[in-house]
Amino acid sequence: MRSYRRTTIRSTDRLRLGPGAKAMFNRCVAVALAGGVAAVAGSMYAQDSYRRFMLAYVTAFAFVLSLSLGGLFFVLIQHLTRAGWSVLVRRPAEILAANLGLTAVLFLPIAGAVAIGGGEVYPWAGGGAHAVAAKAAAEAQPVQAHEDGHALEAGAAQAGGHGKEGGHEERLAKKRAYLNPPFFLLRWVGYFALWGGLGYWYWRSSSKQDASGDHRLTVRMETLAGPALLLFGLTITFGAIDLLMSLDPHWYSTIFGVYYFAGSAVAVLAALIVIFAGLQRAGYLAQSITVEHYHDLGKMLFGFVFFWGYIAFSQYMLIWYANIPETTGWFRTRGATTVAADINGWTWVGLMLVIGNFVLPFVGLLSRHVKRYRPTLVFWAGWLLVMHYLDLLWLVMPEFGPQLTLGVVEIGVLAWVAGLYLAGAVYLAGKHDLAPSRDPRLPESLAFENM
Amino acid sequence: MSETHYVSAAHAKPAGPPSWSALIGEFADVDAVMAAAEKVRDAGYEKWDVHSPLPIHGMDRAMGIRPTILPWIVLTTGLAGLAGGLLLVWWTNAVAMPGVPTVFQGYPYFISGKPLFSLPANIPIIFETTVLCAAFGAVFGMLVLNKLPMLYHPLFRSQRFRRATSDGFFVVIAGDDPRFDARQTAEFLRSLGAVGVEHLET
Repeated sequence: MRSYRRTTIRSTDRLRLGPGAKAMFNRCVAVALAGGVAAVAGSMYAQDSYRRFMLAYVTAFAFVLSLSLGGLFFVLIQHLTRAGWSVLVRRPAEILAANLGLTAVLFLPIAGAVAIGGGEVYPWAGGGAHAVAAKAAAEAQPVQAHEDGHALEAGAAQAGGHGKEGGHEERLAKKRAYLNPPFFLLRWVGYFALWGGLGYWYWRSSSKQDASGDHRLTVRMETLAGPALLLFGLTITFGAIDLLMSLDPHWYSTIFGVYYFAGSAVAVLAALIVIFAGLQRAGYLAQSITVEHYHDLGKMLFGFVFFWGYIAFSQYMLIWYANIPETTGWFRTRGATTVAADINGWTWVGLMLVIGNFVLPFVGLLSRHVKRYRPTLVFWAGWLLVMHYLDLLWLVMPEFGPQLTLGVVEIGVLAWVAGLYLAGAVYLAGKHDLAPSRDPRLPESLAFENM
Repeated sequence: MSETHYVSAAHAKPAGPPSWSALIGEFADVDAVMAAAEKVRDAGYEKWDVHSPLPIHGMDRAMGIRPTILPWIVLTTGLAGLAGGLLLVWWTNAVAMPGVPTVFQGYPYFISGKPLFSLPANIPIIFETTVLCAAFGAVFGMLVLNKLPMLYHPLFRSQRFRRATSDGFFVVIAGDDPRFDARQTAEFLRSLGAVGVEHLET
């Protein structure tokens, strides 16, 4: 308690990555290289290798993008609420947000696939609405009539039966005003200009303060947080629609942007917990960050786990209840059904998400003792990061085919993209302190107690 | 600076032995009251409390207060709400009990081909009853555990104690504590650095 008088981080606490940064950077690059080789080699033996490789790439990209956007959200929300407790844990989130510059580079293969690759990854980017409709018709499986008349099955039957021929092509033609390669690329330039600009500016301002201790920087960061959060909410919605939802251009869900955001928030909080456990184990910030900070990160993680479940269920229930053929088809592709004929490899991933990304971590993180005991909290954080990847895989890969595809290609691409991404983050982390060492609210964070 | 006041609220004091008594020790600041609380805890007192105009983090530990059982109450009422919600949707939608009077029967209603008892449609109801009952458990459990609402407490008779809502920090040891002894306990509080000690009897 008496520590509330302490206003600076103890001099015995290691605050700089120092020479360790180089080794960590090299390790990340090595993982990326190994992953890249494995992915390329793996896709040589895979069927329809270009599509599979690119869809795996979209999954991995959506994963690292969600870490960065989650980081940006975390930074913005702390400034918006003028939070004191989180000062010590803010820097890694700022680094993840600043890493959006590198994420923009990682987007280039997707931009290339849309610009010159035709409609193989994003069907709407292909030759024309006609080609898309033809592909959809080819994919539509024969549907048997079931006596039990289950809702999803009934919807899918209509979609497969008479919905596709005229209606879809027509609707897709109308969507072309939005879903066309030039406008798609223009939007992503805009997203990255905004995200990257904000991420870089917050990281830069905060680390400038390490040297100057200038309080006006905090005021400026707080002033911008409100408008920035508004723009963030809009752009992450459109970004999620463009990146993930438009993989199936027929389908639409108005809650989809929130779904991606919920996953991003879970991912960044889990990542922060894992990052701090790793840093402290390596001897960084050993005394400054206490069980109280972990407890609060754990509380936010718990909240967003439930938020994800709430949003995921809301999306499912409305589509299940309305039973409109246009929208039920998406869940049918993902095997989210009890109709035996429609159960596919993705059914099990979907079930695993319900249990592993919602029920188990909800019960697991419910107790205060779990959140205040580092090994259990780190376990759930790591678990949720894996589940978050599976969630994205479940959003993307069923477009490739009904079999569960999680092999050398997917894991290799993930290692490649995430390795490069982490290398960039480590590079940024090595440049400044690992915590905002002269933030005016630092004493509050150092003295922070939950009880 | 130390002084002991013996309150003589004669107009209010009933005849006979006091029904309630306590020693009120006033301390200068947060640090002093924290240090005092640790000592009172270590001395083995049971019926005592700390009063402060602001929340003092770490006071629970300094006072040796055991963790609250409120989370278990919330969990129990939440689970009861979950079970009750499930029962509600099942009874009102999915069954027709033979032999039960019509007024207590449910109202099975076939909607857009969904099964009568279909979980996706029912989860919002179950969710709401769970949250409602858990919230009731939290609010009313908190009130009961804190013995609230309590509109009057003998401590309010002390003029000095009124500063507990503005700038006073107090350790109050109740007279029914097994270790309580008016003279020794007052001496003890003074030895902890109390700037004033008051013996309140009502």
